[in-house]
Amino acid sequence: MDKRAGFSRLVVGASTFAVVVVLWYIATSVTHFIPPVYFPTPVEVLQALRQIAVQGYADGRLHQHFLHSSWLVLMGFAVAVSVGVPLGMLMGWSRRAEALINPVFLLLRPIPPLAWIPLAIVWLGLGDAAKVLVIWFAAFVPAVINSYAGVRSIEPYLIEAARSLGIRHAMLVREVLIPGALPLIFTGLRLSLQACWTTLVAGELIGAIVGLGHVLYQAGLDIFPAMIVVGMISVAIAGGLMTTALGWLEARSMPWHIR
Amino acid sequence: MNARPGLTRREFIGLSVAGLLAFFGVWTLASVVGLAPRQFLPPPWSVAQKFVELTHEPFSGYTLQQHLLSSFTRFGMGFGLAVLIGIPLGLLLGWFRWLDAIVSPLFDALRFVAPIAWVPFAALWFGTGIGGPVLVIFTGAFPPCVINAHRGARYVDRRLVEAAQTLGARHWHIITEVLLPASVPSIVAGLRVSAGLGWQSLVGAELIVASSGIGYLLVKGQASISTSIVMSGMIAIGIVGFAIDALLQGAERYLQRQRGAM
Repeated sequence: MDKRAGFSRLVVGASTFAVVVVLWYIATSVTHFIPPVYFPTPVEVLQALRQIAVQGYADGRLHQHFLHSSWLVLMGFAVAVSVGVPLGMLMGWSRRAEALINPVFLLLRPIPPLAWIPLAIVWLGLGDAAKVLVIWFAAFVPAVINSYAGVRSIEPYLIEAARSLGIRHAMLVREVLIPGALPLIFTGLRLSLQACWTTLVAGELIGAIVGLGHVLYQAGLDIFPAMIVVGMISVAIAGGLMTTALGWLEARSMPWHIR
Repeated sequence: MNARPGLTRREFIGLSVAGLLAFFGVWTLASVVGLAPRQFLPPPWSVAQKFVELTHEPFSGYTLQQHLLSSFTRFGMGFGLAVLIGIPLGLLLGWFRWLDAIVSPLFDALRFVAPIAWVPFAALWFGTGIGGPVLVIFTGAFPPCVINAHRGARYVDRRLVEAAQTLGARHWHIITEVLLPASVPSIVAGLRVSAGLGWQSLVGAELIVASSGIGYLLVKGQASISTSIVMSGMIAIGIVGFAIDALLQGAERYLQRQRGAM
């Protein structure tokens, strides 16, 4: 029953997309209801896609932009996670650490990651370092908050039970704290990853040499709507792929967790 | 949580102050000792001074308050549109299954496009004055409105709906008189997320396309390599973002109390 419902949803979803593409084609190519200056025809988008994939656009071919952006996101994300998750867990575990770190954290938290971009550019210029710094910051906050909440969500009796069985500190972290906090940590990672992409695109729109945001910027400058669409779709696909990969990792690392 | 050793009030305050002091201490030290040039890392007091200065001396055309006002107008419009369109849409999606099946796949696909990626089209379609940034804010603030209204309407107590149906309520009445009131908590929670994302998108949009506003102030500060202006702008953005969130959180608590009293 459930499977059939899922299948019919898929069919309806796919046909919706087909209808939208047909409507798009009619509105732009047949009736010219939407002038081509504002929105491209499907054919133009395919041509733009071919142009950027084969000849290149905005100083690079599509896969170069794609890989460069993905690489920056991965770097910033990895650094943020490897610092933010332990910090959040520490804050969840020790009241001292929480009392010490939390005020500073509260002070910096309301500043959205995008607002760090100009500062990062002043400090590090327009290169990759500035982008990694900003992405790091974007991913850091959700990683800390959710790891903190994850540790706090563990039932105290689990910890006490482990203690009464004479658990060592390292083992407590490995066997109780990490598995217990993992579901919320992954929620945080997902938010982090989204924030990373948004920030990267904004950073690249403001100034970059290669990257998907730079494609968008150049296409906007050239008033090339078809290329804007290609850029937007590429950003969506890149973000979607990484989110999917994270979901896979989540399922693999928590086989006991039923979603 | 008992597993955590407790702290006395004095210890807590002491540690909090120590944390803040360490933060400002490292900042001041790095700036005064000359670890980083002053132009790139001004000490806290010169940032504070700049902040006050910006409130009465115009920078790139306007004072800080005027920049904030023009940002806030855009934010209000984008956020307002997102609420006005998003919540009814979410309720409709929660009620009509067929509509959900048609719209949700499109909506999910569009949601993968980061709001900021709409900037080129926003500029192309609506220019860089008010319209462009408003579209970007809208794309940021819209999804949480829809999702939370949808979720709220979806998980309404079936008995309420059935009772209304037995009494002969039409679709319209069910949506406005059963689904809407029942999903208010979920909607308000969505508004908080939505306002946060909207405010963030506003900053992004103004960094790229605008000729006034707080984001524009940041860009201009960056262009003239004035770290203290950039930092002042960041502080202003943080304060406003914090105020918006606190306001909506207050509304959330108020509503919860009201419901508790009923």
